[in-house]
Amino acid sequence: MTQTALASAIQQESDGADESMLEVRNLKVYFPVLKGLILQKRVGSIKAVDDVSFKIMPGETLALVGESGSGKSTTARTILQLIRPTAGEVIVDGQDLGDLKGAQLREVRRRLGIVFQDPVGSLNPRMSAGNIVGEPIKIHRLHKDSQDFRDKVATLLETVGLNAGMASRFPHEFSGGQRQRLGVARALAARPGLIVLDEPVSALDVSIQAQIINLLQDLQQELNLAYLFIAHDLSVVRHIADRVAVMYLGKIVEITTKEELYANPTHPYTKALLSAVPVADPILDRKRQRIVLVGDIPSPMNPPPGCVFSTRCPMAIDACSSYVPELREITPGHDTACIRAPGYGDY
Amino acid sequence: MPLLEVNNLTTYFDTPSGLIKAVDDVSFTIESGEILGLVGESGCGKSVTALSLMRLVPNPPGRIIRGEVKLNGVDLLTLSDVELRTIRGRHIAMIFQEPMTSLNPVLTIERQLTEPLELHMNMTRRQAATRAAELLDMVGIPDPEERLWGYPHQLSGGMRQRVMIAMALSCDPELLIADEATTALDVTIQAQILELMQDLTSRLNTALLIITHNLGVVARYADRVNVMYAGKIREMGTAVEIYREPKHPYTVGLLNTVPQVDGPLAERLEPIEGEIPDLANLPAGCAFQPRCRWATEQCGVDDPPLVELTPGHLAACWEHALVNRGEVVA
Repeated sequence: MTQTALASAIQQESDGADESMLEVRNLKVYFPVLKGLILQKRVGSIKAVDDVSFKIMPGETLALVGESGSGKSTTARTILQLIRPTAGEVIVDGQDLGDLKGAQLREVRRRLGIVFQDPVGSLNPRMSAGNIVGEPIKIHRLHKDSQDFRDKVATLLETVGLNAGMASRFPHEFSGGQRQRLGVARALAARPGLIVLDEPVSALDVSIQAQIINLLQDLQQELNLAYLFIAHDLSVVRHIADRVAVMYLGKIVEITTKEELYANPTHPYTKALLSAVPVADPILDRKRQRIVLVGDIPSPMNPPPGCVFSTRCPMAIDACSSYVPELREITPGHDTACIRAPGYGDY
Repeated sequence: MPLLEVNNLTTYFDTPSGLIKAVDDVSFTIESGEILGLVGESGCGKSVTALSLMRLVPNPPGRIIRGEVKLNGVDLLTLSDVELRTIRGRHIAMIFQEPMTSLNPVLTIERQLTEPLELHMNMTRRQAATRAAELLDMVGIPDPEERLWGYPHQLSGGMRQRVMIAMALSCDPELLIADEATTALDVTIQAQILELMQDLTSRLNTALLIITHNLGVVARYADRVNVMYAGKIREMGTAVEIYREPKHPYTVGLLNTVPQVDGPLAERLEPIEGEIPDLANLPAGCAFQPRCRWATEQCGVDDPPLVELTPGHLAACWEHALVNRGEVVA
């Protein structure tokens, strides 16, 4: 199968879909907090993801940005049904994954790929590159015979810029950048419509990061893939995302297009995140407005009342510690959850 | 006289895959109170350089082959272990990437902070405990008296790194080495810690050596910058020179490949093609030449020396006259 054949195979499955590739509605993931060694009692819950909703269209990239504990990875894993949600729906190609089980779930899940952060830990050291990349093909029985399997693996390796001859090598024989290419090839193997990219470049050296980002962009154009791109800072996101959702303590605090977010950030947390990333230019950087947040991210077990960001927010007023701000559209296509944001309205 | 003068420092590692020239003939200086950035990607030798300064390279497999590390004129590489112990922690202190592995999990914060004070500053335990509380307050830890009696696991990552800074600065060192000290932290916490380090070192007139792969961090804080690649310093200069008029192709490549949150948005990122070379098996001539777009035949034969192009701005490239960033930013 050639590269264009792979493209058309993926295209066919997405055909006729004016609908969103993925929709997440009011997703909640709560983890129980247990106490006691033998007779464990539930003493509380961690709201890892608290009422999160968004849509991703075919061919679109939504970035989910936040720091550790913001719930971005839990959201991703719940979409893949690696974690079952406490409440809410995950809809892929119009089907609610919560209603599905067994073979049906497996079939819909095939449309979802994932690339993990750690290119070492996510590849089995005892499997050859070809078997790693081809495992989804075997699981979903997408090959006719062993020759077809080898051809498909070879195509995948070439698609991500590796040699087909590398299929017999083992993970330790690859460099960090090449291992992440293997991860991408594996994610592509079952012809997905959406790939969850969980910090795919943060473990890589900067000179290699750009290679992977460019590869992901090329693949998206060629195969009309949708991406859910998870990141902890806003610099890489600016190059790959169409829309950006900023998460804090389990909630989306701001979601809008990339252009709008970088030009007119409205949530104080987004502004702080933007200013926390230093620009690689001493003259420009020293001119930028700098917001240094005080304190740590609060424990998700014991979130502050009112707005979860109010304890660290330089803009907070009294009302912030009692009123829970919901996400509101303040200008078309720009939602923010801050009562201090211009245009937010009454609270 | 500079505070620290490093001359021809060379550290090799004997490994099963061959001799690795982790640090190869590295020379630089740090002035008192200055912030120097040492930038490079994994395997470039920046951490081994820092460890060699303190003579902390594990031996075997590592060996400091030659060189001088002069602190106020005294060569640390010739001192006995006992003498060196009066330098480490007292005159040169170091902060590492992972605060949890640098702190002892079974000792209270108090014990860990008072130990260097008793050892280097001849304080009694009581004096040291008072000083320790002051130090915690200085690094912005709330309720310092209470926190002293806690253990590292009770602190968040950012707070642990604050404790590390308090410990490092406790004996009023002349030089603080921060080896990827904020890399493991969240971005907003990273900003807090960097601001704190800058503020404290300037107040105490401590020189700061920031070792990082993050060009943004160096741009924001460093006065001067050394860029390392495959064991050697390839370019050094002031922060403005390095970012605005880079003269080594690797520096240019690094700057153009970094995604930015500000400024004009390029359609595509410009990667440095190829891979970081295997240190046991370096290419002939200049180690960067296989990835370099300016490379000529000479580059594959002779390794270019570091030469001074303008006062204080040095680059190791035969083609430095041609090297530029392309379209200039703002």
